[in-house]
This record gives sequence, structure tokens and C-alpha cells, in this order.
Amino acid sequence: MLCKRIIPCLDIKDGRTVKGINFENIVDAGDPVELALLYSGQGADELVLLDITATVEKRKTFAELVKNVAARINIPFTVGGGICSVEDVAVLLESGADKVSVNSAAFKDPGLLVHLKDNFGSQCIVLAIDTKCEPDGEWYVYLNGGRTKTDIKAIDWAKQAVALGAGEILLTSMNNDGTKNGFALDIVAQLSNHLPVPVIASGGAGNMQHFSDVFLKSNADAALAASIFHYKETGIAELKRYLHMQRIPVRL
Amino acid sequence: MQVAIIKYNSGNVFSVQNALNRIGVDSIITDNKRQIENADRIIFPGVGHAASAMQYLQERDLDTIIKNLLQPVLGICLGMQLMCAHSEEGDTSGLGIFDANVKKFASPLLKVPQVGWNDIENCRSVLFEGLKEHEYMYYVHGYYAVISQHTCAQTTYILPYSAALHSGNFYAVQFHPEKSGRAGEKLLKNFIERT
Repeated sequence: MLCKRIIPCLDIKDGRTVKGINFENIVDAGDPVELALLYSGQGADELVLLDITATVEKRKTFAELVKNVAARINIPFTVGGGICSVEDVAVLLESGADKVSVNSAAFKDPGLLVHLKDNFGSQCIVLAIDTKCEPDGEWYVYLNGGRTKTDIKAIDWAKQAVALGAGEILLTSMNNDGTKNGFALDIVAQLSNHLPVPVIASGGAGNMQHFSDVFLKSNADAALAASIFHYKETGIAELKRYLHMQRIPVRL
Repeated sequence: MQVAIIKYNSGNVFSVQNALNRIGVDSIITDNKRQIENADRIIFPGVGHAASAMQYLQERDLDTIIKNLLQPVLGICLGMQLMCAHSEEGDTSGLGIFDANVKKFASPLLKVPQVGWNDIENCRSVLFEGLKEHEYMYYVHGYYAVISQHTCAQTTYILPYSAALHSGNFYAVQFHPEKSGRAGEKLLKNFIERT
């Protein structure tokens, strides 16, 4: 049976893993290659590496890091952060990434998704959406690392992006991110029930029950978390045994 | 031991080489006829579209070279599908090494392509020596090879399909051993050492 995936996320700044709360207050969380190896050894199903510096000169450093990770880990990984063009993606895939995630640039120019699909195939194109629930009860797309609000609803953008070429959706709830109060079940359910591609839930994981909640109460295909793993609050092997006991299909 | 990874217009050739490096096996990535024919083991990887990949192979005569190889060959993912008789992806004729057709997954309920880890069963090939039944492997695919006389392992997604095929010196797997953790590395090691 196809398993639900557990995906640790590494935010990378200047070659180090970092972690913020509600996208701010960034602190150091270790060497990315060592963390990547630790997580794959513990049974992570996939990894995500996000370059949160993403300036032109730092890009080259990140591509080098991607090469090191690709040489040493034996599971798939996605990279993202500031990707704007077919050339950016080509460099990262040639460095050994399995998939890339695009965010603001695809929103500003949806044609980018078509170009990426035509050049590399949908299977390696992950669309990242940062979303926030506003007082009107609707979930809107935010851009530029959560700094810029748009008037477009997450579900509408996700549907359009899949039609254009996105092969997977990485959905981060800004309301939940860093809070450790659980995933945003309503918007994750809404997207995962209505899209023909896998949805990765992100933002809010604070304990093992939050993972079983998101898998039992939505059709999420994967759940992503960072600090819960970085600070060793929850081990991946322990989490997967817990999910297995709840009859959720996981790779043990 | 000389291992050749066939280079063509498709991703993941470097991932395969990285995986071989991790198990201590040197390899070359090449589309040179002589280098391929002289290698002891040949890996035929692939991610991409069947029709454009077949066209690329034909333009370089690689289609003829591959099907006439006498040493052990391992096809991976699209590589495996191209070794079959026919693929629905672009209505393409394959190399015809395996007498099986490749069809598109169709389901109103499950997502296509299948992305993620799924288990293999009914494993009967040296490729799987030392691996447990129901070992998990990493898949990314929207098309599958039907169960046939050459099936040597199967996986179920929407329906049971060929996870691996074997005929003479030709082996193939639908999943990505280069991305399937320690189990995948064991399978690659088996291909190098036991075929």
C-alpha cells in the first residue's frame, strides 16, 4: 500500500539549518548535511531543503550544498527558495535534487509552471503555497516569505497551478507555522480532497497526534515539519511506529 | 568491474551514479556505443516521456545496442517501461525485451502519478536476495507495466502491476532503487554482484 510520507524540512541560511517562528526570529539548528543524514537514517521518507537567503551569490553555495546532500543521502529530496526561472531549476536538478519547489515567482508568472513542466516534467515540480486564514474565514495566498498578502484564495491558485503543471502542492499555514498547535486541518482537507496531485501539509506540528490527525482527518499524502525534529522533541522512528499503531500506512 | 550508466535526454543519471558511489562501485555515464558494449554491467535509467526518450535512443542507434546486449542490464523506471513491447505514453513502441505492455494508471479515487513509498511482494529474482517480502521502495510514475510472464515482483496501486521484470540477462524495476534507502542500495549491490 502507498505510504503516508513524513518529511523533515531544513531551512538553510548561509549554509546552516535555521528555524524561525511565524516566519521570524531565526535561530541556528545545525549542519544541513549531518541533519539530512540523521533524518534519512531514522526513516524520513523524503527531505525538503529551503534556501531562505536566496540571493544571487548565496545561490552557488546552496547548489554546492545540494550536491553534497545528493551524494550522501539515499532518499528523495526537494529544494526550493527564490527559484525564478528554468535556469535556476536546471542548476538544482543537475546538482542532484529530485524535485524543486516554486512559490512567489510562479504566482507572479504562472507561465513559469508550464515552462518547468515542459522542460523537466510535472513529477519534479512542487508548488509551495503560504496561506493565511483571514477574519472572513477564507484562506488567502501570501507571497515573499509571508510578507505580501494577495486577494487570491489558496484553493483557486492550487487548482490553476495543477492545471498548468504543478505535480505536487506543499501547503504551509502561516496561522499554524511555529505554533506547535497542530496542522490547519480544514484547508489541508479542502486542498487534498479536491486536487488530483499529492498534498504535503506543513506548519504547526507539535506532537505525534498532530500527524495522525492530519492523516486521519484529511487526504494529505505527506506531512512536513522542522523544529519538532530538529530539537529532537520527537524521533522519526518513534513517530512512524505511533502512526502504524493508528493503522496509518507508513514505511517502517 | 566496469559499470556503464546509459546517458540520454532524461534526468536522474547522476542520482544513479551517486547511489553506486555509496555502495563503492565506480561507473561511467555514457552514450558511446563501444563503452556500453564493453561494460560488465549496464544501467538504463530514466525519468521523462516515453515517446521523446525512444526517439532520442533511435537517433543514436542506442535502441539496437541495448536490446542486443549480452551482459546484465538493469532498467529503472522509464528505462523499464522502454524495455517493454509498447507504452500508452505517446503510443510508443518499446524495445520489446519484455513481452508486456505499459498502460496509464486510471482511477477516479487515487492520485496519478503515484508518488511515494509502496511495498513489493512475490519477489523472485536474485535482485531481491537479502530483502524482506513487503520491502518498501520509492516510486514516481503515472504508467505501469502489466503483470506478465516476466514479472518477478509486484506492487499494488489501483491494481497489481509489475514492480520488477526479468528475462535472461535483462532486469528492470519500476521503482527508484537509487532513492529507496538501504533496501534500494541492497538491490543495486545484488545487481552488481549476483547477476
